[in-house]
Amino acid sequence: MIEAISIVVLLILGEAVSPGFATPSQIVNQLVIASLLGVAAVGQNLVILCGKEGIDLSVGSIISFGAFLAGNLMQQNNANLPLAIACVLVSTFAIGLASGLGVTVLRIPPLVMTLGMLGVVNGLLVVLTRGVPSGRAAPLLAQIVQPTLFGLPGIVVIWLAIGVFVALILGHTRFGINMFAIGANEEAAALAGVAVRRTRMLAFGLSGLFSGISGILLLGYTGNVFVGAGDQYTLPSVIAVVIGGTSLAGGTGAYWGTMGGAVFLVILQSILTTISIPPFGRQIVYGAVLLVLMLFYGRQRRLRG
Amino acid sequence: MPNVSSSAATAFGAVSAGFERSRGWRSRQPYLLAVAVFLVLAVVNVWLQPSFLTADVIASNLASFLPLTLLAVGQTYVVLGSDIDLSNGGIVSLVNVAVVEIIQHFGETAGSYVVGIAAGIVIGLAAGAFNGACVSYLRFQPIVTTFATSVIYVGLALWILPQAGGQVPPSFYNAYAGGIAGIPNVLFYLLAAMAFAALIGRTRFYCALRATGGNMQAAFHTGLPVARTRLIAYSLSGLFASLCGLALVGETASGDPLIGSALTLPSVTAVVLGGTSLAGCVGSAFGSLLGVFILGLINNVIFFAHVPFEWQGLIQGAIILAALAGGVVMARRVGGPA
Repeated sequence: MIEAISIVVLLILGEAVSPGFATPSQIVNQLVIASLLGVAAVGQNLVILCGKEGIDLSVGSIISFGAFLAGNLMQQNNANLPLAIACVLVSTFAIGLASGLGVTVLRIPPLVMTLGMLGVVNGLLVVLTRGVPSGRAAPLLAQIVQPTLFGLPGIVVIWLAIGVFVALILGHTRFGINMFAIGANEEAAALAGVAVRRTRMLAFGLSGLFSGISGILLLGYTGNVFVGAGDQYTLPSVIAVVIGGTSLAGGTGAYWGTMGGAVFLVILQSILTTISIPPFGRQIVYGAVLLVLMLFYGRQRRLRG
Repeated sequence: MPNVSSSAATAFGAVSAGFERSRGWRSRQPYLLAVAVFLVLAVVNVWLQPSFLTADVIASNLASFLPLTLLAVGQTYVVLGSDIDLSNGGIVSLVNVAVVEIIQHFGETAGSYVVGIAAGIVIGLAAGAFNGACVSYLRFQPIVTTFATSVIYVGLALWILPQAGGQVPPSFYNAYAGGIAGIPNVLFYLLAAMAFAALIGRTRFYCALRATGGNMQAAFHTGLPVARTRLIAYSLSGLFASLCGLALVGETASGDPLIGSALTLPSVTAVVLGGTSLAGCVGSAFGSLLGVFILGLINNVIFFAHVPFEWQGLIQGAIILAALAGGVVMARRVGGPA
């Protein structure tokens, strides 16, 4: 609720600062950018839900990897599209699964494990690209920014579809409920018969998968890929999840909130870009707004409790 | 609240002594694995680079390790309290550009050095204290909060110096890179920093910090000043970040608003490599120093093994991942939280 209100407030602010900001076509542009962040934030949401300080810092590097791999397999040829997508999905899922293995079997804290994985994936990317950006999107993929359903661009429709899919999984499948359970109280969940390790590993695998999807979408949006293209999405994906109402301790939260969080962040960035204040000013305001948001979303329990 | 800290600290001391005895050597020297890894890497390094043990090479290695070492030591205190500081790189950048600008503004005299260094330290302490206040008194979540403050600090750095530049006179950077009687100054700085860390390790604050990191709820119920302890830990992180910024001014002789950003995650990596647990309580500043040296030696080894350029990142990433896993295993608290 607070989120919906704040998004509306931002839109009003944006319109005041820069007339034409809140027109439908402009809002749609914002949604396109928000989709890229939103899809990456899905995986992050699942990992954080599982609790135990779950976090995935490798999101950005997997996005870059996914975009690069997709681009190189497609090479502007529609015929290669299915194969390229399949390869990206499988490989990014595997990377996520590897992180999940480290977290569950070796009991390495997620922060450390995904931090290490981020280095490995970036290193792998350098090996494959030799530092040179390459790969081109297939024409069909580049179409996703064009309007399709109800005038919404394909990329936004894909994001909404993913949103519905994830909401169904979280609310109505055993797997989804298990994630909430192990996030809320792992010991109790284990005693109740939940396959804790497998669930958590799957969550990390899905995080890699959704980051890969986001990478494919990024490729479609920008046409080509450069090393480090995904890095800007990592921490914002965490923030989108947090201001979406999911606690970093895990166990509570819904993806709708995260989607709202992604939209909020994107609109905020966009307003800051529109106002004519120098870049450093934008940074300071962005950070300050995040801190203010923490007043509502990030406070932890009193010790007195 | 009545001051029960002295009796509480005594009680805590008794409990922790018993606790440590029962967990053996691993809890008292969590950095032992780091020592072993360091020695192995040093041997490999000597084998690949015979000149490794010469004074010049050692001096240049130390000079390049010092900034990250200072940063990692500061990060250690925050991590011991079971928090994390993702803004220390931002503080480094801010102090770096502020010091350069102040020195230039005040005419590049010895007096300007004093003002610059003092200002840098004050900025670091203030930034750290702000982080600490948000995390401990406002009870904000550390990861997102320190990310937000790092964005602000880098923004401030960009405000002070939009582009890398500026210049400090030779007398300043010679004070960093030079030497006395053949012994490099950086060695003195390193020893001074570790001596300072050792002193901190003997304070009541440090005792309370480890208790807070071990079990915050229990520490609170024992009467320890948990919020104040976390605030001090973050302030120390800010202080060491400012020292790191000063070291970088000495090393590069100029200012760069983006210089610190790449140091934040390595500071966390070094802390974990040194055997400090991210869950708090277990670990030491000396371990983090070893962690930084290990990271540096890994780079050296990869370079001198003539690994093809594009493979260096991947090999480095894989080695670091393996080392992180090892560090975590070593730091694991036997039997879970107290």
